[in-house]
Amino acid sequence: MEQNQTPEDPPHGGFTYSIVDALTAAVVFILGVVMMTDNYRIGAGWGSGGPQPGYFPFHIGAILCIAAVFVFAKALFGKQRNHVVFVTWDRFRLVLVVLLPTIVYVFAIQLVGIYVASAVFIAGFMRLLGKTSWWKTVVVSVGVSVVLFWMFEIWFMVPLPKGPLEALFGY
Amino acid sequence: MENIDALFHGFSVLMTWYNLGMMMIGLILGVIIGVLPGLGGPNGVAILLPLTFGMSPTSAIIMLSCIYWGSLFAGAITSILFNIPGEPSSVATTFDGYPMAQQGRAGEALTASFTGSFVGALAGVLLITFLAPMVSKFALRFGPAEFFAVFLLTFCSFVGTDRKAPFKTIISMMLGFGLAEIGMDTISGQLRMTFGMSGLLRGIDFLVVVIGLFGIGEILVSMEEGLAFEGKTGKINLKVVFQTWKKLPKYWLTLIRSVLIGCWMGVTPGGATAASFMGYGVAQRFSPRGSKFGTGELEGVIAPETAAHGAGTSALLPMLALGIPGSATAAVLLGGLMIWGLEPGPLLFVEHKDFVWGLIASMYLGNIVGLIFVMSTVPFFAAVLRIRFAIIAPIIIVLCAIGAYSVHNAMLDIWYMVLFGAIGYVLKKLEYPLAPLVLALVLGDRMEDAFRQAMLGPGTGLHVFWSNWLVGTITTLALLMLVWPLIPFVWRLARRVSSRNRKLAEKTS
Repeated sequence: MEQNQTPEDPPHGGFTYSIVDALTAAVVFILGVVMMTDNYRIGAGWGSGGPQPGYFPFHIGAILCIAAVFVFAKALFGKQRNHVVFVTWDRFRLVLVVLLPTIVYVFAIQLVGIYVASAVFIAGFMRLLGKTSWWKTVVVSVGVSVVLFWMFEIWFMVPLPKGPLEALFGY
Repeated sequence: MENIDALFHGFSVLMTWYNLGMMMIGLILGVIIGVLPGLGGPNGVAILLPLTFGMSPTSAIIMLSCIYWGSLFAGAITSILFNIPGEPSSVATTFDGYPMAQQGRAGEALTASFTGSFVGALAGVLLITFLAPMVSKFALRFGPAEFFAVFLLTFCSFVGTDRKAPFKTIISMMLGFGLAEIGMDTISGQLRMTFGMSGLLRGIDFLVVVIGLFGIGEILVSMEEGLAFEGKTGKINLKVVFQTWKKLPKYWLTLIRSVLIGCWMGVTPGGATAASFMGYGVAQRFSPRGSKFGTGELEGVIAPETAAHGAGTSALLPMLALGIPGSATAAVLLGGLMIWGLEPGPLLFVEHKDFVWGLIASMYLGNIVGLIFVMSTVPFFAAVLRIRFAIIAPIIIVLCAIGAYSVHNAMLDIWYMVLFGAIGYVLKKLEYPLAPLVLALVLGDRMEDAFRQAMLGPGTGLHVFWSNWLVGTITTLALLMLVWPLIPFVWRLARRVSSRNRKLAEKTS
């Protein structure tokens, strides 16, 4: 089941709660349809030895569709329609301030390993958002990464993604 | 009674400095693991299992089970103070625990949760001590149909107890089931819903989903408040402890109910997570204060924690007696047993008395020591949580990423975590209950397997769920819970119709 959705980008004032509710219900409905079609393909009925592999997921998809219709209807035509804006731009901006760097951080993990990426990530947050002094920033971010390295690499022996810096030290 | 003799023998095994030391180390590690998101009981035990191969099996399992204890106790700390469950079995604790913290009653919530856990765990250990042989005989009666009926009951009680938006609960559940279905079907070998992407072959792990939904998702939602996401202060001083303890006997019915649910769910593979949800749901339904659940009701903290610990402990009973793990952590411990060459079952009690009773003795002691330890170190954690958000948020995200990665050593899992973080943000704001999603995700595979195993062979159909008194009772209970909220609605409708008919009859007469 794929969902390639990220939180809606409200253009100007933002969508109302009910609209987002209805949109989500529509997405759920589509998911249900996708589930049903994919599982119909591999057999969703009752075979000779019992239910076919697609039986369970097919019916789950069906229930999803039915429930989504109800939620959709309630969102658009229900009695307590909510006209409050789902999220205003300035609040959403704050959410993006966390979400986007996180995405960049995960990218960075693949490139330089998790310890270096984490140090930079924490430092970035502390410096840019928390306006912490350089000295504290470096101490905390590097310190945390070193402690994590010791904990996971040496103590727990759990291999985490590492990059060129660790390779230099022979890890 | 010979069981008591054996128990004393177990204590003598436990009371060596080495084993006691292992116990303390286990507890400390367990608390640390329980507090970190993503490194919950099963995960922590799994990671540390290889480290114990150098020790004697008895000492090793004492340490491992104390890790499990510590993490069960500690999972509630972040749930209450942060609204981030330290692990799946403490998800239900956030429902009322965090609101309580927001109202400044964190100390109360923590005390209640730890004490409830203590009671639940104690009940579980007592159960094991006295009922090991008897229970193994009863558990043998549970076939796939009975298992499925129990799962059905759990889920139906969830839908039945959600008075606000049952359809969103259903969607949540179905999404969880759907996610659980992705990957290879164990019975037929068919690939389901992988859409040709090899990354989806092994499906999506519930730990990753939980970290994403509850860890990242929660941070995103909190960000809207600006950088004011502060862990609520959790002061536990002795006065608060005694005050809360004085209140607890009022909830004796909840405690007993949750203990029963916990022990039941532990012994019949439901697991601590399912037990906590069921404990919460049942308490909500049957308590006079049920409508206030979710706003910071003390009972809403006691019920899930007691049930979860009762289940977590009694899960060891079928594991030791039958080799059937009653929970994910018990499954990992079972793996350890087999690696050490110890065969679970009745023979274990006879041939390896030291091991079994040493373990059981450590459970008693670990429970008491754990309670004291955890209550005294909460101020330490509370101080940690008062660090500025700009520092704590990225550290939490880093820990979540590590947690997500360490499940399967897969980079893809970290991406899933981010994805589910975004999804969690949207769903939370739209007031979709996330708990049913997690529950369905955890139990989906087992539930489906139970269903299909019950249906194997020609001539079976849905009627098998009423084929004997045990499964029939459970199934009927399940369906009853499902339609419970509809009953008053239908009743009112019927009365309206009948009064309208009566008025019509009066007019025409």
